Amino acid sequence: MSASLTLNLTLTDWLALLSHFLSLSLLAIGGAITTAPDMHRYLVIEQHWLSDSQFTSSIALAQAAPGPNILFVALLGWNVGLNAGGGMGAGVLAWVYALLGVVITMTGIMLPSTTLTFVAARWGHQNRERQWVRAFKQGLAPIVVALLLATGWILATGHGSSLNNWPMWLFTGVSALLVWRTRLHLLWLLAAGGLSGWLGWV
Amino acid sequence: MTAHQNGASPRPNSLVDLFWSFTRLALQGFGGVLAIVQRELVEEKQWLTPEEFIEDWAVAQILPGPNVVNLAMMIGDRYFGWRGALTAVAGMLTFPLLIVLALAAVFAGISDSPGVQGALRGMGAVAAGLIAGTGLKLISSLKKNIMGAPVCWLLSAITFIAIALLHVPLAWVVLGAGTLACVWAYRQLGKVQARVGKE
Repeated sequence: MSASLTLNLTLTDWLALLSHFLSLSLLAIGGAITTAPDMHRYLVIEQHWLSDSQFTSSIALAQAAPGPNILFVALLGWNVGLNAGGGMGAGVLAWVYALLGVVITMTGIMLPSTTLTFVAARWGHQNRERQWVRAFKQGLAPIVVALLLATGWILATGHGSSLNNWPMWLFTGVSALLVWRTRLHLLWLLAAGGLSGWLGWV
Repeated sequence: MTAHQNGASPRPNSLVDLFWSFTRLALQGFGGVLAIVQRELVEEKQWLTPEEFIEDWAVAQILPGPNVVNLAMMIGDRYFGWRGALTAVAGMLTFPLLIVLALAAVFAGISDSPGVQGALRGMGAVAAGLIAGTGLKLISSLKKNIMGAPVCWLLSAITFIAIALLHVPLAWVVLGAGTLACVWAYRQLGKVQARVGKE
């Protein structure tokens, strides 16, 4: 997050930021990461509120840190705010703007989808004995299982599917087996992966 | 639905318990929280059976928004109403948010170093395995599915090929294969009910 921009955001800009994230929220089926390309288009290409490297490192950092991946959205808001406040070195004002950015982007991405999910899931649970509610859940079960396998596959092949990446494949395969067949704590697996990566084995 | 045989099924005993349970979940989940949710809520705490987990996950996945946050909200709501929903979501986000912001502030400069890049890559490979492994584990819960094993296998295979190999947009797959599956499941449920009605 080195190359930063200096911005002068008006109230209208902040509202535009909010409404853009509000509008993406209901499109985020399968997780907010599916709307990342559009966030990139808006923040980096169209508005120039973030640099390219700020955008990509926000996603990488949120994936590496514990917690839901949705937090990359908070980091995007954080960086927009920092840019608007004159960068990390500009003191308290920059931090205030950065926090404002977090509140705006997170509220925007979360509020519509969580409200809809809350109402819909509650209705579904209250009517769970109805035939078509049961059909919905039973019917989607095999698709959900396949989506998990597919997500693992896509993440594993994200760095290219060539045979030169065999250590990555090995790590993915072994950790899948260990999760499936053993009760080994997941943090050990992640630590092993991180350490081997640090040492350059992967 | 609750398949716990003996006595009351395990549940969170207070909002505070709910908050910290989800905080602990979230803080263990690097590269996504799903694998740890299955491990903790189904295997350790047993708030959900594997079948309930897969059904709730289907709902959380189909509705828009971050899946694990949706799931936390649904579980919180079930036990404590809207206060539970808010508490569970707060538990899922509060501390991870503080941590990720602290990381962004402190490590702003070093994220380009080869060591850090390598570590991220290694953890990414493991995280991919964690998600795939969770999927493998849940295959066995399809045995009780009303549609029967062959149809389940077929639907899973179609979905995997479409998403992982052909990169078809998720919405199409869910609308296409999902609608077919739901209609089929509806028919099968109808048959079972008719049979029960006759006896």
